[in-house]
Amino acid sequence: MDILDYAFMQRALLAAVLVGVIAPSVGIYLVQRRQALMGDGIGHVAMTGVGLGFLLSTSPVWMATAVSVLGAVLMELIRWYGKTRGDIALAMLFYGGMAGGVMFINLAPGGSNANLTSYLFGSLSTVSESDVTAICLLAAFVVLVTLGLRRQLFAVSQDEEFARVTGLPVRALNLLTAVTAAVTVTVAMRVVGLLLVSALMVVPVAAAQQLTRSFAATFAVAVAIGVSVTIGGTVTSFYQDVPPGSTIVLLTIGAFVALTALASPLARRRARAVAAAGAAGDPAECAIPAARGPESTVGV
Amino acid sequence: MSDSVVSLRGVRAELGSRPVLRGMDLSVRRGEVVALLGANGSGKSTAVRSVIGQVAVSAGEIEIFGVPRRRFRDWHRVGYVPQRTTAAGGVPATVTEIVASGRLSRARFGILRKADHAAVRRALELVGMADRAKDSVNALSGGQHQRVLIARALASEPELLIMDEPMAGVDLASQEVLAATLRDQVAQGTSVLLVLHELGPLEPLIDRAVVLRDGCVLHDGPPPRAVGQHALPGHDHVHPHAAHDAEPLRTGLLS
Repeated sequence: MDILDYAFMQRALLAAVLVGVIAPSVGIYLVQRRQALMGDGIGHVAMTGVGLGFLLSTSPVWMATAVSVLGAVLMELIRWYGKTRGDIALAMLFYGGMAGGVMFINLAPGGSNANLTSYLFGSLSTVSESDVTAICLLAAFVVLVTLGLRRQLFAVSQDEEFARVTGLPVRALNLLTAVTAAVTVTVAMRVVGLLLVSALMVVPVAAAQQLTRSFAATFAVAVAIGVSVTIGGTVTSFYQDVPPGSTIVLLTIGAFVALTALASPLARRRARAVAAAGAAGDPAECAIPAARGPESTVGV
Repeated sequence: MSDSVVSLRGVRAELGSRPVLRGMDLSVRRGEVVALLGANGSGKSTAVRSVIGQVAVSAGEIEIFGVPRRRFRDWHRVGYVPQRTTAAGGVPATVTEIVASGRLSRARFGILRKADHAAVRRALELVGMADRAKDSVNALSGGQHQRVLIARALASEPELLIMDEPMAGVDLASQEVLAATLRDQVAQGTSVLLVLHELGPLEPLIDRAVVLRDGCVLHDGPPPRAVGQHALPGHDHVHPHAAHDAEPLRTGLLS
């Protein structure tokens, strides 16, 4: 494997694998609470952070992390206290973040929109030693939260009202989810880019759902898909000279299509198995009693 | 009031600018089954949701097990069944996974031990869903969804059950299962506060019915035993109340 002879590819692969693990791990809770596009929103807000980083000559990565965490918390607050419609407020946040990014980067000395490209679409081959350290630390945080608190996050994402009555700190958990999502976005920014981050959070989960019946299995399959496509995309981009970010996302969508095609025969087989198992008790086919008056009850 | 498990005194609540509860009083004593009845918009759901802290209260006092709601922390003593037509979220989940989240109030740091898993299994058996434990909730009927939601509430082995329209959208077979489950719980001393649109198969279990209209208590006493039109919540009750009950609150809303 000559691909591993290059230090920059070793770093790229490590970063890609970590993103493949954490993006679906956070994404599954966003999909569960039907906020699949939240990652996309945070990605837009992070652009203001990148722009600010250039303007203030600080690290765009850490600035993006700070700004997107702030943005994610703000989105959560809008959801609680929102008097205006939540989706309108979120839309303003998204586009404000995007416009802010473009504005700041053009105000920066010698800055132009060209600088943005590597953040918008990823720049996996330029991941540095210090980037790897940061990505490892942030990924460890995300794994700790999404696995360690999985039962709590599951309960809150499944049914917030019920979770409150079990005494869970619902608001704290929601904020933690938002912060974890923001951290994931900025980690994944180097790998797939801000505009494509959300795909890696959502599509593996959607693909896994085609096959699974339980949350635990969906989690495991989504992470497996995430890791496979990030490795696959990175290796492909090395040999074929194609951009890694878009390769990864296209592979993910390919996985979704393949699994969806695979799922319908599987569902049919499952239905047959259920029918066979229930054959002793209920008839598998509809059977209407011959003599049935109009007022006959369901009979309990 | 040491034997009062839920008590509301002069509770007011608004949704937006519209007053929904206008000085409502309600108490549920230990072991009692109280049904909240009333037409759509009468405030019955808001009343139970104010008890669990889901709706902000602008005036009045709410106590759960004698503790002001804001300071109440023993949530494992309360089982809540929200008004839902589905137990499903955006990601597939099995019946067991959903019901296990009801056990979190008894689990430290969200770690479920052997005893917790056993309690989850018992809750599933209580509602007759043990054979569906590993199935996805997406594959269930409406009545089965409701049974799962009730099992989730029972998983923490609560002393008080709060249910918001548990019979809504439930087929007759499931209604009977739910009524039997509730009967067992009540026999073991569980107190129940439930919102109902009509008394239905739960009628024999209910000790007291509280009828709301426009956020005020219209009737507080034995459930209206009448049938047909007379059983409807909007019916003007003129029958005598049980002697041991205090004079029911009159609001002057009756014309």
